Amino acid sequence: MLAFFTPSSGASPNAQEIHTLFVITLVIALIIFFAVEIALGYALIKFRKRKHAVPAQIRGNTRLEVSWTAAAAVILLGLAILTFVKLSSIQDPPNSGPGGASLSDLGEQNNLIYASNQRKLPPNGKALEIQVIGRQYIWQFVYPGANEPDGLGAPYSYEEMVVPTDTTVELNIVSEDVVHSWWVPELGGKFQAVPGYHNYTWFKVSKPGVFHGQCAFLCGRGHARMIATVRALAPAQFEEWLARQKQLIAEANREAAAARQKLDKETGPGQVENP
Amino acid sequence: MATYAPPIPQVSARRADPEARGWTSWITTTDHKRIGIMYMVTTFVFFCLGGTEALLIRLQLGAPSNTLVTPEIYNQLFTMHGTTMIFLFVVPMMAGLGNYFLPLMIGARDMAFPRLNALSYWLLLTGGIVFYASLFWHPPEAGWTSYPPLSEALYSPSGGQDAWIYLIHLTGLSSLLGAINFYATIANMRARGMSWGRLPLFVWALLTYSVLLIFALPVIAGAVTMLLTDRHFGTHFFDPTEGGSPLLWQNLFWFFGHPEVYIMVLPGFGIVSEILPVFARKPIFGYKAIAASTVAIAFLGFLTWAHHMFTTPIPEAILVFVMLSSFLIAVPTGVKMLNWIATLWRGTIEFKTPLLFCAGFIALFLIGGISGVFLAIFPVDWQLNETYFVVAHIHFVLVGGAVFPIFAAIYYWFPKITGRMLGEGLGKLSFWLMFVGVVVTFLIQHVIGMDGMPRRVYEYDNVGHLALYNQISTVGSFILAAGVAVTILNVWRSLKIGAIAGPDPWKANTLEWFTPSPPPVNNFDVIPVVRSAEPMKDIRHEVQRRSTGAARGAPVPAGATQVGP
Repeated sequence: MLAFFTPSSGASPNAQEIHTLFVITLVIALIIFFAVEIALGYALIKFRKRKHAVPAQIRGNTRLEVSWTAAAAVILLGLAILTFVKLSSIQDPPNSGPGGASLSDLGEQNNLIYASNQRKLPPNGKALEIQVIGRQYIWQFVYPGANEPDGLGAPYSYEEMVVPTDTTVELNIVSEDVVHSWWVPELGGKFQAVPGYHNYTWFKVSKPGVFHGQCAFLCGRGHARMIATVRALAPAQFEEWLARQKQLIAEANREAAAARQKLDKETGPGQVENP
Repeated sequence: MATYAPPIPQVSARRADPEARGWTSWITTTDHKRIGIMYMVTTFVFFCLGGTEALLIRLQLGAPSNTLVTPEIYNQLFTMHGTTMIFLFVVPMMAGLGNYFLPLMIGARDMAFPRLNALSYWLLLTGGIVFYASLFWHPPEAGWTSYPPLSEALYSPSGGQDAWIYLIHLTGLSSLLGAINFYATIANMRARGMSWGRLPLFVWALLTYSVLLIFALPVIAGAVTMLLTDRHFGTHFFDPTEGGSPLLWQNLFWFFGHPEVYIMVLPGFGIVSEILPVFARKPIFGYKAIAASTVAIAFLGFLTWAHHMFTTPIPEAILVFVMLSSFLIAVPTGVKMLNWIATLWRGTIEFKTPLLFCAGFIALFLIGGISGVFLAIFPVDWQLNETYFVVAHIHFVLVGGAVFPIFAAIYYWFPKITGRMLGEGLGKLSFWLMFVGVVVTFLIQHVIGMDGMPRRVYEYDNVGHLALYNQISTVGSFILAAGVAVTILNVWRSLKIGAIAGPDPWKANTLEWFTPSPPPVNNFDVIPVVRSAEPMKDIRHEVQRRSTGAARGAPVPAGATQVGP
């Protein structure tokens, strides 16, 4: 019945756990909400001005006040404990499933010069790391698979991120210009892309599907159109897609280089700026 | 018994000089009441401008993929709306109410520094004009939070961003001087017998408001100065490519920005704590708990700013600390809510418009308070942050917690300011329109946010029920605007033909009702000695005791309080 009053979820365990935490909080909140609103409404109707009614000159009741202060504190303590119980299942990525894509070990490569929050890795240290780059007004996704030691030649895509199912995906979120925020509701919470910082999150999709999201932090006039889509494929199809993407990029690079050479010949060297 | 009418104490102001007239007397005045009126009129004009911007925003969002305004104008609209409502309406409106009523409530003849007081007003007006002048060139479009790098010269080259910076400087200086003035006045100029335990709760709230402003404003003043030098003088405080940090801005901004929320709602709490006892004909329940929780909220308000930054790269220890400190702040806030309901309990409630607005405040602010708990749980905030859920939350907090008390204050104190009553029929109509308007506009926005719509987007696709939900919200905003229009009509009407109020139309508890309406220039010829937290009630009893000595033993009617033997 309350389904419409809960955040989107369902495609990744972290989003699912946030949803559960939200629903428990919602139940407690609704009880408090109705109790207080009913008490207010009752007081307003029952104690409205009537003939012969004399207002009780009560200035306070220490025992009552102490007890409702304590009650409020206890409820919030309960919510805090609940959050701590749920926290690790939301924050800590699990291992990839047996059917997931084959992965490289991420344990050793955390040698960043930037400030960052603590990055969480799956227990076996293996995950598919995708770098999410925010810029006005498009998301770029860089996949592992660089063929040169300086990281060049890695396959990438824009707007649509393609991931394998049953595989833990680590997102390394950065920005090249202003603050953006990565958010696909069904795959968990949002994380800001702050220039100069790395921010991390993860998700793990169990079934193939397409999930929609968009930039969640004001980044300029095109903010509303800075969309993000995640397409989950079976691992074999993902490998296929990745190889093809790599090939397409290489072809496009070759074409661009050829076009540049041709222009250089026509207009003389130095007239065309290198990108 | 039906003919019983408790005598009304009258004080005439024989020794007051005749009031100066003409427009020069207004621009040169240092009288706290005139400055207060100028504050209230000016800020109400800005409220109407900010409201118009809100209606344009809602019109644009009334249909999916709407093209009523361009993305550029849309960004300008929400930047102007947020900035106007916070810096040019709620905060200075509270300063205006404080200016008018603080000296009257503590039995003073003016503020501690009358000329500084006038300067505060003129700085506010200048700030507002500088900001709105950007309409003729290029208004700012980086949001009221103006996060760099978006607000840096590279991404926001227009002068509108600078107009925003100068607005923060000018209104900030205005508020800072005003706060020092309030503090000095409360500390030094209370009537004889008005100890801290007898200070009206609105004055307690203003004292806390002042302290919060004094601590928070220098930080934002420093931050916007750094932004200004980044933009124009080659510094790199917030530029990551030169070793600066955009997160530094977020920390500085919210160190100010979170207490700012309490700067806006605590005076509202004070207004409600004054009005509820008058119309329930009962003393406030737990005076000390309410005063203490005001101070507790203010203190804790400085420890929670990072809950606006839950999705930024910050350490987990900070996430946990800030969640707990934000929870902690819910405790004194909850205590206040229950104290207000307990104040109504077993009273004889008179349903006048000020009381309705206070009851509406409790009903609406409760929603904002509860949704705040969701946002304090940081994993849940990861889903809700920067969506329409947050928009709904801040509007229940600020419309419920600040605008409704301001309207309660308008209906409650208009008779004191003008000597005339506001119409009850129009008042009640205005209340119901506004109450229904707020619920219809903002309740559905929680769902809009949870369905995945971020805030500050000029358009959205027609997926799910987003179009329907946004239409509901847009309809609600016009109901709310109609409610505000009815009050404007009511004020305009009552200025001409409102019933004459007399000094104490509500039989209230505080000293401003001791003097005629409107009060003379010197406020009081004789300042009474204060013997309790409800000095006006004591005075009425004393007058009644002396004048109806023969009638002693007669039943005490509702509306009057028990006379001691």
